[in-house]
Amino acid sequence: MNIEAVLLWIRGPGLGLALGIFLFGMAIKLLEIFLLGRKKNLAAVRSSGVAAGFRTILSRSLPPDGNILRRPRFTFIFGYAFHIGLFVVMFFLAPHIEVSHALLGLSWPALPTPVVDVFTIISIIAMMALLWHRLTSPLLKYLTTPQDYLVWALTFAPLLSGYMAYHHLLLPYTWLLSIHIGSVELLLILFPFTKLTHAFTLFIARWYTGMMAGQKGVQS
Amino acid sequence: MSKATLERGINALKEQIDTPTAAFFSSCVNCGLCAHACLFYTETCDPAKTPIHKLEPMRRLWEQEYTLTGRIRKWLGLGKPITDDELEQWSELAYQNCTLCGRCSMVCPVGNDITYMIRKLREGLSAAGHAPDGLIGATTRAVKLGSPMGVTLKALEAQAKHVKEDSGLDIPFDVEGTEYMVLLSSMEIINYPEYLQAIAKIFDQAKKTWTISSEAFEATNSGIQIGTSDIAAELVQRVVDAAEKLKVQTVISPECGHAYMAIRWEGPNLIGRPFTFRVQHILEVLDELREQGLLQVEGVEDGRLTFHDPCQLVRRGGVIEQPRNLMRLVVDNFVEMKDHGKMNWCCGAGGGVSAIEEAEEVRLKAFNRKKKQLSKLHVDGLVTACANCRIQIEEGLEENDMDMPVIGLTEILANHLVEKETGGGSSA
Repeated sequence: MNIEAVLLWIRGPGLGLALGIFLFGMAIKLLEIFLLGRKKNLAAVRSSGVAAGFRTILSRSLPPDGNILRRPRFTFIFGYAFHIGLFVVMFFLAPHIEVSHALLGLSWPALPTPVVDVFTIISIIAMMALLWHRLTSPLLKYLTTPQDYLVWALTFAPLLSGYMAYHHLLLPYTWLLSIHIGSVELLLILFPFTKLTHAFTLFIARWYTGMMAGQKGVQS
Repeated sequence: MSKATLERGINALKEQIDTPTAAFFSSCVNCGLCAHACLFYTETCDPAKTPIHKLEPMRRLWEQEYTLTGRIRKWLGLGKPITDDELEQWSELAYQNCTLCGRCSMVCPVGNDITYMIRKLREGLSAAGHAPDGLIGATTRAVKLGSPMGVTLKALEAQAKHVKEDSGLDIPFDVEGTEYMVLLSSMEIINYPEYLQAIAKIFDQAKKTWTISSEAFEATNSGIQIGTSDIAAELVQRVVDAAEKLKVQTVISPECGHAYMAIRWEGPNLIGRPFTFRVQHILEVLDELREQGLLQVEGVEDGRLTFHDPCQLVRRGGVIEQPRNLMRLVVDNFVEMKDHGKMNWCCGAGGGVSAIEEAEEVRLKAFNRKKKQLSKLHVDGLVTACANCRIQIEEGLEENDMDMPVIGLTEILANHLVEKETGGGSSA
């Protein structure tokens, strides 16, 4: 089997399979969460908490007090750099929008490649910094589980291989593209069964925290 | 309490796991930010005291019981079962090293309410027989004697007599149909009887009717701190029965943080029905009286004063602006600590910690956070609204050779009431 055939499989049935597992897994994940249910609050509330819940969903994306340089600085600076960078690359690189157009029929304007490149490099550097932090900080070393390294690798692989493929670095393009798409598929497959789910479940978490605090009259 | 076993503990814990819990555990990425929000971590630098880590047995139980991957792992024999030793070990983290202050829940970037879960974990730990002795003692006394400190009606009546001698004001017991029913904490009855006199004076001036029930005057609820909901419900029920019997409009929670949380927010959920009366914290009542012009004060405090926010009252209770309105009424030079209001730092002794003997060392270490805040502020005194915070702060200040008076907000207001006959005020 040659590499062209591999790429063809990865772009075709492989992608379908990965997307299928991702969607099915996420459906199960959400059912697991929502089927547990929650007791109704019988205390006389100060507000319904709905507005507070939505505000918390937004506000926890911003640094506390609007200060990105707050402590622990390392986590804040590189945490934001990585997430923002990843977001820009995922959604504003022209080939990614083409994939979306082909799969869903949805497209939007792309950012110029040099701009996306800058974000990619920022994201790659930030991820390496965060890994270094995890490996050296006594606090993070204590908290870190093998899964934390796994999800780091699952996220880093598409980022690096995508950058290399786009710029034709080191390996033949077909190889790099196969590795890139393959690593994305691996990410999709393992996504619902690892803490990568936080990308979705954090909205549920923020909602409940914000809503419950809002009912007591506190903007969380 | 029926016999505590690991099985009971695990079942109790399973019952606690709900949709928010599952969303929270699904979202944690071990970023460690909650550690920096927790005074037990910042003052010890012990990573085991990271708030989310205090929940590890509960997280594993959730994973093993309520997730597909966890169930498969368990079925394959790969899951690590929760052991009794482990729960015993975590008991120290969840009781002695957490005041349920809720600061971690404010900073978590994925939005986890970690405190909400630690409160739940305690249900499992106590059912498994791993609650600290100090809390078991307090809870037993609360059930049997009506007070976690064993303060009896007789002791309260003696204090009422003192108030009468001092101020000439009667403390009304068991009067039907009053506007307010006042609850007290044992700590106040024993250590800060000034509070009782203060509200007697304030209500006398405001011409409000009030009473104390001889059957349910204790406001604190050890059942909540230890994490035994059926006991917590029994203690709430006593207050509900008394309030309904006396047909009062509003029950007033005293200067105590967790007592307010217990009756105001957990109360109806514990007994399974909404209340037929209102519940207010004394500061909410006083701020209402201020708005209605019924709180007539004169004179101001001389010194530079700050306000320490009791966590359960402010961050977890929503009484944020009221203490500030009241402070400004009688304090010209009122300064805030850098982190205040809903982001305040805990005193280090809430959530039952003060009742646990083994926690004394860590409790005083945790106080260093407040000490640092206060040293920066150069204040002459500190005002608060929780007898438990107050006793911890007094002890902490003494331990650190910091000479500074600590006073209750209700008391300071009562000191400035416009005197009825003479029209002359007094200053504290």
